[in-house]
Amino acid sequence: MQYHIEVTIGLKDGMLDPAAATIKKALEHLGYPTDSLQMQKKFIIDLNEASSDEAYDKVDEMCKRLLANPVIHNYNIVIEESV
Amino acid sequence: MKIAILQFGGSNCDFDVQYVLSEIIGVGTDLVWYKDELNGYDGVVIPGGFSYGDYLRAGAIAARAPIMNSIRRMAEKGLPVIGICNGFQILVESGLLPGALMTNKYPKFRCQWVNLKVENNTSPFTNEFKKGEIIRIPIAHMEGNYFADDSVISELNSRQRVAFRYVDPGGNTTDEVNPNGSKQNIAGILNRQGNVLGMMPHPERASEAVLGSTDGKKIFHSMIKYISSLVST
Repeated sequence: MQYHIEVTIGLKDGMLDPAAATIKKALEHLGYPTDSLQMQKKFIIDLNEASSDEAYDKVDEMCKRLLANPVIHNYNIVIEESV
Repeated sequence: MKIAILQFGGSNCDFDVQYVLSEIIGVGTDLVWYKDELNGYDGVVIPGGFSYGDYLRAGAIAARAPIMNSIRRMAEKGLPVIGICNGFQILVESGLLPGALMTNKYPKFRCQWVNLKVENNTSPFTNEFKKGEIIRIPIAHMEGNYFADDSVISELNSRQRVAFRYVDPGGNTTDEVNPNGSKQNIAGILNRQGNVLGMMPHPERASEAVLGSTDGKKIFHSMIKYISSLVST
């Protein structure tokens, strides 16, 4: 089965992200004050696995071993069957 | 005695480290490309640079290269492994050292001299220093903001695993002299056994009087002294 997966990776709550803080400030300068602003990375992956669970496990492993740094990141995996 | 200097695509302090070790310290060195074998060396330097263009995260890709398994084996044998700047980032990404190196608190590339306090002078890399000695070595990085959770930081402190901290000339760890926002001004840490050191400052850039400091040379001298002690026992 072919799966389409989107992995979103961001810093854990409360961790300082200087780039996001700078962008938030620049938006304020343009007249768009915000209460919070976060920046995240998204990976879009297509792969073939026997089941959705197996696809999830495979991508979870990818996150733990490379895509995310568990010391500082949280990640979220969304899977759908490709049509 | 022979020291390996690791080269990844994007390493750029490899030749500086080799020059200092071969020409100034006078020890045998080989530049070892990451696809080559890492056998028969008495120690390893993972030099600074921008391996793989800092893609994904600084050091992340290099840390997963198969040659890191050889480094892990050398570390387990008690041989000295030092990662400088990007080398430190590679060591934390590989799990050989705890924590993470994040973007500097003020998100800018900082290239400047810093004062460091030698917190541990019994490690294979610091045995030529006096405890508490203040030394001068330059930094040059954008991702040097050392982060680890509180339990890791307290273990680093209680086990004397902090090698260096950023300090003022009087030895005080203030926010003003913390160049990157590192927790507790941490500039360099050791693994549990003490034979793996990661540090953001560049000792190879402070190994000749003409460059303004020879404090960095003592780190390499310490390493050589440690290797000699292993050989003689």
